[in-house]
Amino acid sequence: MTDDVDRNRRHFLAVATAVTGGAGIALASIPFITSLKPSARAEALGAPVEVAIGSLEPGEMIRVLWRGRLVFVLRRSEEMLARLPQVTSFLDDPDSANPDQQPTFAVNEYRSRKPEFLVVEGSCTHLGCAPLEQFEVGPASDWFGGFFCPCHGSKFDLSGRVYKGVPAPTNLRVPPYRFIQDDVIMIGADPGAV
Amino acid sequence: MARIESEIGTPKGGFLKWIDDRFPLSKTMKHHATEYYASKNFNFWYFFGVLAFVVLIIQLVTGIFLTMSYKPSAAEAFASVEYIMRDVELGWLIRYMHSTGASAFFIVIYLHMFRAMLYGSYRKPRELIWLIGMLIFFAMMAEAFAGYLLPWGQMSYWGAQVIISLFGAIPVIGETLVEYIRGDYSISDITLNRFFALHVIALPMALVALVFVHIVALHEVGSNNPDGVEIKDHKGPDGVPLDGVAFHPYHTSKDLVAMIVFLMFFAGVVFFAPEMGGFFLEYANFDPADTRVTPEHIQPVWYFTPFYAMLRAVPDKLIGAMTMGAAVLLPMLLPWLDRSRVKSIRYRGWLYKSALAIFTVSFLVLGWLGTQPASGLYVLLARVFTALYFGFFLLMPYYTVIDKTKPVPDRVVWHG
Repeated sequence: MTDDVDRNRRHFLAVATAVTGGAGIALASIPFITSLKPSARAEALGAPVEVAIGSLEPGEMIRVLWRGRLVFVLRRSEEMLARLPQVTSFLDDPDSANPDQQPTFAVNEYRSRKPEFLVVEGSCTHLGCAPLEQFEVGPASDWFGGFFCPCHGSKFDLSGRVYKGVPAPTNLRVPPYRFIQDDVIMIGADPGAV
Repeated sequence: MARIESEIGTPKGGFLKWIDDRFPLSKTMKHHATEYYASKNFNFWYFFGVLAFVVLIIQLVTGIFLTMSYKPSAAEAFASVEYIMRDVELGWLIRYMHSTGASAFFIVIYLHMFRAMLYGSYRKPRELIWLIGMLIFFAMMAEAFAGYLLPWGQMSYWGAQVIISLFGAIPVIGETLVEYIRGDYSISDITLNRFFALHVIALPMALVALVFVHIVALHEVGSNNPDGVEIKDHKGPDGVPLDGVAFHPYHTSKDLVAMIVFLMFFAGVVFFAPEMGGFFLEYANFDPADTRVTPEHIQPVWYFTPFYAMLRAVPDKLIGAMTMGAAVLLPMLLPWLDRSRVKSIRYRGWLYKSALAIFTVSFLVLGWLGTQPASGLYVLLARVFTALYFGFFLLMPYYTVIDKTKPVPDRVVWHG
């Protein structure tokens, strides 16, 4: 061996090896990262669920699970609906302006397809605790009934709209759902069809 | 001692020589034990490194045995823990050793870190030891968090719900990231299974590897001491630091006493107070996980409460999560924030002493606040102490420079 090493050649080979190896590592990481996604079974179990709501009395709420998530279905009474306009000034997003928190059909004061029936995810938008129902008015002067999160004190009205000055940044999320009969809703179904 | 050294130092043949020709056994023993010189004036605070190692071994051994009886599925996890507690012979003892070990790990590590702050052990040339140590701390936090989901109790479930939701606060990628962490649309069997994999394989491997690197780095630069002077600056004619004594047998025999005393306390907790009044094992976790009902009062285990209190002190979700993250990460910068001329608290002025005292009180008060409801006065206090916590770090480049220091002796000082 002599000193006449072709440095350009060595440099080219070193860089080529590093780039090829690096690309190999990047590509090899794909299956591992992809496998972390919800599996086909998890997606299948996340299929839409049908909920019969015919037997709900006005003012009554049921809790159902969709994709393992808690969903509240509340049948609001006439009197409860009448309270909604009173609370507007205490709310952070009374007009549901944040498009991530509900399908377009729920961009209204009731945040629902039919004013009577509220369907929202029972997961506080702060850190995911399940809010408690407190439907009575008062004792606080700004409380017209709604949902209260026991974890960090976030408050939502009877349409799941978030109060000002609480840790939760947004309104409760409305899942996609539709009425397949007058007394049966399907949660998770394509929101396009009515 | 001279006899032992000559035996190990110059293998004259036989089995040891056979090994040494093929593996650096004697060389390693010398480098890391019999000829690793650490300062002779180590005090109480220097026990916690070795104690952390003891707890790590306890966790690894008890963990292996728990894994033999535990079932990582949502349907069976809670019942399998009860099975360990009731039906496996002495299973309750192994589980209580493991659950007490988790808390003991954090007690010991917090004290170990506090030692570094007392004596400036993170300062040049030991910055890397400190950084590796911080990585160990992060791995421990992840390990503890993943492990806490495994019993599949109410607090396991809702605690994980809250912490994983934090990642959802990250703009744009947050929601997707959360789905990748859970592997599902909510915390489920799938989440439990993957946390099990992290808890028993990935993170313990990372921990052991990091501890190895931590010790290699330490033995390269040498241990600090309560005076914060470099013992290597004054060596005898034999090249041994004048103020150093061999790690083995001198420090090991002293550490053995500490180990025994520690294990006496440890056994006391395991046998008489494994729940520690709800601090080591939370009562809400004696109920199986229920997707539909959040416990009235969610709190993490005590070792996370200081950071949890800071999270809740901020009324905004994203900023709250960032505050918590910053509080955990900030100590990494200590080697560069501290501009003092001296390392040890023994030679620092009243400014640093007061700052460290305020920091310590803040950390403890925040720890307590994290166990209290987030309302009224508690939130106000949490905000004040969060500000003090951050002030300790962010103002450090200023107050350590103007602080009046005392002259540092050339060699370590005997106290007592």
